[in-house]
Amino acid sequence: MGAEITAEGLVMTYGDVRAVDGVSFTVASGEFFGLLGPNGAGKTTTLEMVEGLRRPQSGSVRIDDHIPSKREPELQRRMGVQLQASSFFERLTAREQLDTFGALYGVAAGRTDEMLEQVGLVDKADDRTEDLSGGQKQRLSIACALIHDPDVVFLDEPTAALDPQARRNLWDVLRSINDSGRTVILTTHYMDEAEALCDRVAIMDAGRILELDTPAALVRGLDAPVRISVAPGTLDADEARAMAGSDDVADEESGLTITTRDPARILTELAHRDALDGLSVKGASLEDVFLDLTGREYRA
Amino acid sequence: MVAFKSLAVAMLKGFFRDKMAVFFAVIFPLMFLALFGGLLGGSGGSEIDVEQVGKVSVLDDAPKEVRAYLKESLDIHRTSDEKAAIRKVRTGDADAMITQRGDTLVVRFSQADQVKAATVQGTFQGIVQSANIAVTGQQPKYALEADQVEDDSLSTIQFFTPGLMGWAIASGATFGAATNLVVWRKNGLLRRLRLAPVPTWAVVLARIAVSVAIAAVQAAIFIGVGVGLFGLQLTGSWPMIVPLLAAGTLSFMAIGLLAGAVAKSEEAAVGIANFVVLPMAFLSGSFFPLDGAPGWVTAVSEVLPLKHLNEGMLDTMVRGEGPGAALLPIVILLGFAVVVSAVASRVFRWDD
Repeated sequence: MGAEITAEGLVMTYGDVRAVDGVSFTVASGEFFGLLGPNGAGKTTTLEMVEGLRRPQSGSVRIDDHIPSKREPELQRRMGVQLQASSFFERLTAREQLDTFGALYGVAAGRTDEMLEQVGLVDKADDRTEDLSGGQKQRLSIACALIHDPDVVFLDEPTAALDPQARRNLWDVLRSINDSGRTVILTTHYMDEAEALCDRVAIMDAGRILELDTPAALVRGLDAPVRISVAPGTLDADEARAMAGSDDVADEESGLTITTRDPARILTELAHRDALDGLSVKGASLEDVFLDLTGREYRA
Repeated sequence: MVAFKSLAVAMLKGFFRDKMAVFFAVIFPLMFLALFGGLLGGSGGSEIDVEQVGKVSVLDDAPKEVRAYLKESLDIHRTSDEKAAIRKVRTGDADAMITQRGDTLVVRFSQADQVKAATVQGTFQGIVQSANIAVTGQQPKYALEADQVEDDSLSTIQFFTPGLMGWAIASGATFGAATNLVVWRKNGLLRRLRLAPVPTWAVVLARIAVSVAIAAVQAAIFIGVGVGLFGLQLTGSWPMIVPLLAAGTLSFMAIGLLAGAVAKSEEAAVGIANFVVLPMAFLSGSFFPLDGAPGWVTAVSEVLPLKHLNEGMLDTMVRGEGPGAALLPIVILLGFAVVVSAVASRVFRWDD
């Protein structure tokens, strides 16, 4: 199970636009790897070069010992692909889609039921794909990518355009893909998604990788302050400013917010004063890291 | 092989579940067949209704074989009321009134139907002349032998079935290939298949098999309805339409693939296909024979694949030509398919 992926110096230019401008990374076997960035950052083009849909103008990709753009059947049988659009055969039922994709990979028909079960579409098996909801379509398209039990799975923005419930729902499915030791590469423009799913994340913008690490390390590296809030009237603003470790205090109608780099100390002080009414603690997120890196409004 | 089969099955299901596609490929052309077969078929009978007033010796005393011949083309009613008979002719209830005054045969006819008017005059002219010769007691020196070049069972349906069937198959193959290509490119299925361990030829072959299968279904329904409902009579080498249709389907599929490769959307693909197929059907004699068409129309029609498919089918299905008559059209259709496919593959894209 799993496969090792190496991308080195990938470049792809469309006219004057360098869509991908020297992207390198490696993905270890069994790793859940994320390409995170706004629309137009070059994530999908990078993914397409790794999958072998596009031959890089310069640079190289290897999946174990294979060059994906050669489209060797031995490698393709080990790859599961979920594309951005819902790429289905017209007017087939969910079951028929899975059977057809299974046949393309030489899989016994029995896998279909197993996959329907895994993505929770058993009761939709005989519905045509045109009648499925957005979330159901995405789950089916993931099932189609997994029908042949691949070692490497590519997911291109699987949760784009889904409502929050459907997204969370899909996350559970996506986590289970990786459980069995598969290598997964996911593109997304949702910060929380990358944080929740990925072992390591490459933050991309304008065709380049800006930072690559585990989500926790990226946030830590930012050295961003924590914001601690309590309900209005719980604590006097001057008292808060006097606390050791408090960098900044904002007294607003909605409550009092203390900005600090030493949250443990502030929280102890608050507990000591019994001033924990309506407490909320907000640490930095990948979004903060991204904004810090790009220095502008997030455009997704 | 498994990949080819499952792709073909998926495409076939996709087609037969698309009610609009089935309607336009099968029902719509059949409506035209019913229309042409029903409307034109009725007036196709050339029998002439004649009102005979009183005794007409050239008819009544004619030899047996002449009377038998006349019976085939004339439907004679005897009456004694000349005025009523003329009124019948005037209102169109009869085609001609004849009576004999002395040695003169009087024929009254209506010019409303010019074809019948001419037939009536010609027929009775002939009868009078042969009666004159018979009176002289001489054997006629010259004889006329007339026979139509088509099978005896000539009727409108014989001409319209091959033409309309050609049109149906041209539309089916062109639209099917064009929309299939655009839809699969747009929804990413082409890219998805490119990443599956499926050779490109399996995808192309599956599409060919499906197009040919749909054409076979269309032909079976057309011929079935033609024979069953409209008295279509097939001549000897009609099985040659099988290779003809296969070659024709390849040609039209190539046109469809070209349209699908050029078009940016499904609507555009349908538009381009319509723009090509409909004028082609008119210029290829699918809806009416090209016999009276101006020279440039016939010249243009020579480069249209449908014209050659129609000619081949007419020759083998109803004109009673031998199987060899299908060979040249098949070669032309295959050549057309190769050339257009080559162009289509040059403009083909896997994605937008």
